[in-house]
Amino acid sequence: MARYVALRIGQSLLALLGVSIIVFALMHLVPGDPVRSALGTRFTPELYAALVERAGLDRPILVQYFDWLGRAVTGDLGVSFRTGQPVALALGQRVGPTALLAFGALIVGLLIALPAGIVSAVKQGKAPDYAANTFSQIGVSLPDFWFGILLILVFARMLGWLPPGGYASFADDPAAALRYLLLPAVTAGVVTGAILTRFVRSSMLEALNAEHVRLARAKGLPWRYVLRHHVLRNAWIPIITVTGLQLGTLLGGIIVVEIVFSWPGIGRLALDAVQTRDYPVLQGAVLLVAAVFLLLNLLVDLVYARLDPRIRVGAST
Amino acid sequence: MSDPRVHQADAELEAPSTRHQSQWRATVSALLANRLAVFGLVMLTALVLTALFADLLIRQPINAQNLADRFAPPSSQYWFGTDDLGRDVFSRVVVGARVSLQVGVVSVGISLVAGTLIGLWAGYRGGWIDTVWMRAMDVLFAFPVILLAIALVAVLGPSLRNTMIAVGIVFTPIFARVVRGSVLSVREELHVRAVRSLGASDRRIILRHVLPNVAAPIIVQASLSLAFAILTEAALSYIGVGVQPPDPAWGYMLSDAQRFQRQGWWLSVFPGAAIFLSVMAFNLLGDGLRDALDPKQRSVIESRGVE
Repeated sequence: MARYVALRIGQSLLALLGVSIIVFALMHLVPGDPVRSALGTRFTPELYAALVERAGLDRPILVQYFDWLGRAVTGDLGVSFRTGQPVALALGQRVGPTALLAFGALIVGLLIALPAGIVSAVKQGKAPDYAANTFSQIGVSLPDFWFGILLILVFARMLGWLPPGGYASFADDPAAALRYLLLPAVTAGVVTGAILTRFVRSSMLEALNAEHVRLARAKGLPWRYVLRHHVLRNAWIPIITVTGLQLGTLLGGIIVVEIVFSWPGIGRLALDAVQTRDYPVLQGAVLLVAAVFLLLNLLVDLVYARLDPRIRVGAST
Repeated sequence: MSDPRVHQADAELEAPSTRHQSQWRATVSALLANRLAVFGLVMLTALVLTALFADLLIRQPINAQNLADRFAPPSSQYWFGTDDLGRDVFSRVVVGARVSLQVGVVSVGISLVAGTLIGLWAGYRGGWIDTVWMRAMDVLFAFPVILLAIALVAVLGPSLRNTMIAVGIVFTPIFARVVRGSVLSVREELHVRAVRSLGASDRRIILRHVLPNVAAPIIVQASLSLAFAILTEAALSYIGVGVQPPDPAWGYMLSDAQRFQRQGWWLSVFPGAAIFLSVMAFNLLGDGLRDALDPKQRSVIESRGVE
């Protein structure tokens, strides 16, 4: 186990290093002078010189990379070309809303996937199974941003029940925060739920067909008892794993959903940075999301290996 | 290479290849027996025909403005209504099919070729070449697809061509992994080892023995990737970093629609439905192909879950 843990951590760090190279290269692959184009009409020789020096763009590229990496490791991601605000601070302000939305979407996804997947497996081949399969087939093809736009159309524009976008902090006004959260969370959650339903169903089916379950039923134990104590207990391990992996995918989907609902998260920040050519902010946002993504995958693998010893035996790739 | 024994052995070992033909026939009939896959195929045919004959189908030039008829609801004259400039939404959706398919086909073409070459090279050579390539693919996997695409477009600049390049790069690692995995198992199969021991060149082994055996997973992956590529392009165009006006892309039609939701619901409905149906067509076909060709592979939903 220790060997496997070390191997996986090493791989993740290596991937993170690769990510940092790509993120660093981003700014240097931009055609033209990124500082100049970011400044646009605000250009003055003094401001330009200050930003170039602050970003270290006047030194050899390898020196710049290691310098940048060294500072990034300590949390210094440079300053925004546009606002002069430290990038780490700007990211810090956006992490909360993104995490809240991810959490909300995951809850919605599980609220859909657990009942749908379990019922679909138990009633395999019958109407509920058919309905759940149709739902997951539709959900996986559904463009999340379109679904969000339709929800806004119906619940904000036509019915006027919920705001069409925006954000309120839970600390300030929990009721308003919930109203703002509901539509974006449902938008991102339905697609997640559709994907998870399929997984819940297949791990339930596997658990249902296990020998000990047939034995338990043959002994005449009540079906509900068998379901709770013999089936669900085995089915939850893969479900948790996939849910963890799903968090990473969810993060990607949330970037777009944030833009649909003007949600002040990392995705919105990254897009604003693209549009205003604020490369340090874009670098910071991409680096942060990729790091979280890698960390989630690592944690899921480790949890899975801990729960299922077969994984770590044949895990050399 | 000119050793006749190699050719003879090749011919004898070609048994798998004649087996292939009946296998393909079996695949087609398995696919046609799958109702969902046929449904996908029918939708897909409709999509391709729409894209090919868009010029005949449109009812108005797509950028023709008719300010007197702004925000006209769907009617016999304007099937899908008109937008803020009085342009016919139906015609724009029809031509949008062409943009979507073009981005899908070209970008998946890029990732298929690049990913297959990388996967073949890494899987066949093994050793450090394999390690380096696969770690590089891991790095690309470390980004959520949409974020990597956004970052690439930020560097390249938003345009139709750059959207195709960005989406192509983003989906390359999936093909590389799928192909490498298949190559690793095919490489050790008896007929491949036999041909190698007879002195066949790497090129010959790869082209005649490895590639035909990894074709099935590549085809399945291509169909599923087309779905994701269309979805990704639409999302990029929606957030404004993908296809740019005046090319009518479904994604940015939706972003306009969102600004004018009070004026017309139809603007939000039809372009999105077009994306949804196209994506579903490729997904259903991909799932059907997988069941028919390669039951061990994961379904679209599962592969999206760990994407």
